[in-house]
Amino acid sequence: MKREIPIIITFVTGILMIIDFFVPHPPFGGLSSLFEIFFTIIFSFATILGILALSKINIEKIYRKRETYGYNIVLLVGLVTMIFCGLVWGIGEKSPFDFLYMNFMMPMQSTMFSLLAFFVASASYRAFRARTPEATLLLIAAFFVMLGRVPLGYQMTKWVPEVFPSWLHFLQLPIIANWIMDFPNTAGQRAIMIGAALGIASTSLRLVLGIESAHIGKE
Amino acid sequence: MDMTKKVLVVFLSIVTLFLGNSAICQDAEIIPVVDETALQDSNLIEEIPLLPQPPGNIYVTDSPNDGGKSLTIKWEKSPDDGDGLNSVVEYEILRAEDMKGPFESIGSTTAGKHEFIDSTCNRKNTYYFKVVAKTPEKFKAESGISEGISPVAQWFDRTRLSMLIAVIIVVSSIGFFLFRAKKEELYIRKIAGLEAIDEAVGRATEMGRSILYIPGIMDMDDIQTIAGIAILGSIAKKTAQYETGLNVPVSRSVVMTACQEIVKESYTNVGHADAYYPEMVRYLTDDQFGFAAGVDGILLREKPAACFYLGKFYAESLILAETGFSIQAIQIAGTAESSQLPFFVTACDYTLIGEELFAASAYLSQDPKMLGSLKGQDIAKAIIIFFITFGIILESFGIHWLSNWL
Repeated sequence: MKREIPIIITFVTGILMIIDFFVPHPPFGGLSSLFEIFFTIIFSFATILGILALSKINIEKIYRKRETYGYNIVLLVGLVTMIFCGLVWGIGEKSPFDFLYMNFMMPMQSTMFSLLAFFVASASYRAFRARTPEATLLLIAAFFVMLGRVPLGYQMTKWVPEVFPSWLHFLQLPIIANWIMDFPNTAGQRAIMIGAALGIASTSLRLVLGIESAHIGKE
Repeated sequence: MDMTKKVLVVFLSIVTLFLGNSAICQDAEIIPVVDETALQDSNLIEEIPLLPQPPGNIYVTDSPNDGGKSLTIKWEKSPDDGDGLNSVVEYEILRAEDMKGPFESIGSTTAGKHEFIDSTCNRKNTYYFKVVAKTPEKFKAESGISEGISPVAQWFDRTRLSMLIAVIIVVSSIGFFLFRAKKEELYIRKIAGLEAIDEAVGRATEMGRSILYIPGIMDMDDIQTIAGIAILGSIAKKTAQYETGLNVPVSRSVVMTACQEIVKESYTNVGHADAYYPEMVRYLTDDQFGFAAGVDGILLREKPAACFYLGKFYAESLILAETGFSIQAIQIAGTAESSQLPFFVTACDYTLIGEELFAASAYLSQDPKMLGSLKGQDIAKAIIIFFITFGIILESFGIHWLSNWL
């Protein structure tokens, strides 16, 4: 029954959601928003579970004085401080919670996000090395797109006449960059999206019918 | 006599101007009254507002394809809207549940429009509507009252007919191959990223290092997370068999519970239940970049030999994959997020692109029913490609019925 009950719940919920999509008449219409409320409630309780698991792992590491246990102390102090401030003074503007969030959390998030700039540079360096015909094509496309998206690219080719002969207009770098983004790039992205959408439909059907049950630990 | 009065008024006005707000003038009072009255009279003559003409023929119909929560109100524009005095700038819509009122405002629309959809109705009530034309000076002209009407709920949303047909085609195709899969063996092409799982686990075992598995950063309500978790079971079995360490950091507590259950089940199924411990799956944080920082820390401290990123990812994808690359781990990624795929393709050894992620579970299990569903999915894709090509041809010849219907 441990396996059967989740499959039955998935089947009933899946069928109801499909009916809700096509049938607006009560009691079916609006069921999806009701289920979203259920999910929010489950999610709220699960958050407590997550905090408990996190605390357990970190307390254990501190207790056993594992290597780098200092980080675990920082984590637990941060966790307790934020919860305490939120419970005692609320989370409104100018509250201690807000202060900690704006002055600790936000800068740390921004720091992590800003790392992307360096990672993009290092990843691009590897990707754009012309080792194979595909990588060479990628390099050429990237050259036109990057140059066409900056003022320098426009300045380099702005002398190309726009009116006559009309095909010469295409040689302006920003226009080449836009063409690459609008046509080959969009076509490729849509192909991936159509494939993914069908994959989602197929997986959903397998889940609803109980054929796919690896996510609940069933063989 | 008239001339004498006019001279007197002019004289007194001049005196007033000179004396201004002096006490004498204020005490006298009579002088400004005469002057202001004259001024007011002249202003009134010039600024008498001309009221706009009301909107006409208000009629209300049930909005189609909804659950009985909406009514559509239409009216004929006021003759002073864009024409005539051209003074109407707005229409306010009033609603009452009784013909006698009270009417309450439910919204407004700008001049030039003659339709309003009221989406706040209850199908058990009867509603009456009035439309009020308004000028910038807030002068109003009300229409007559509409006939009473109750919204009606429909049993089928006709705007989704094309979607229903698509669903029927896809489901029939998958259903047909599910049935057929029981009778004959189906061919499924090799997926390099999934073939490399054994290689990755073997490498980690030989090096005596662990395996890192991330099932995306979203919750269990996302199908990509479910696809990622489904693959985790297969990998956990291999790590259990080879006695290789497994580390599954997650960013959602529901996902943590599900992953713990799957890993435990996998270890039990291959007879290594004793090797399982719940801390294999650990919750870090819900915060996107906090999670990225946490995983980066694990990558740099524990240096896993193989990293799997299978699920839904956003901007953190490149942060994780580049850090994994820096520790020379073999990396297998998979996502249906088209914006993150270039990052994974660049930084990882193997990438499951879009549908391959959803096919992975079936591919790894080799279950005939699951493989049948993949075949059905491919046939559905072929039908969609046919419709796309057919649509391109029709549109090229200026025939739009297919795109309009879709």
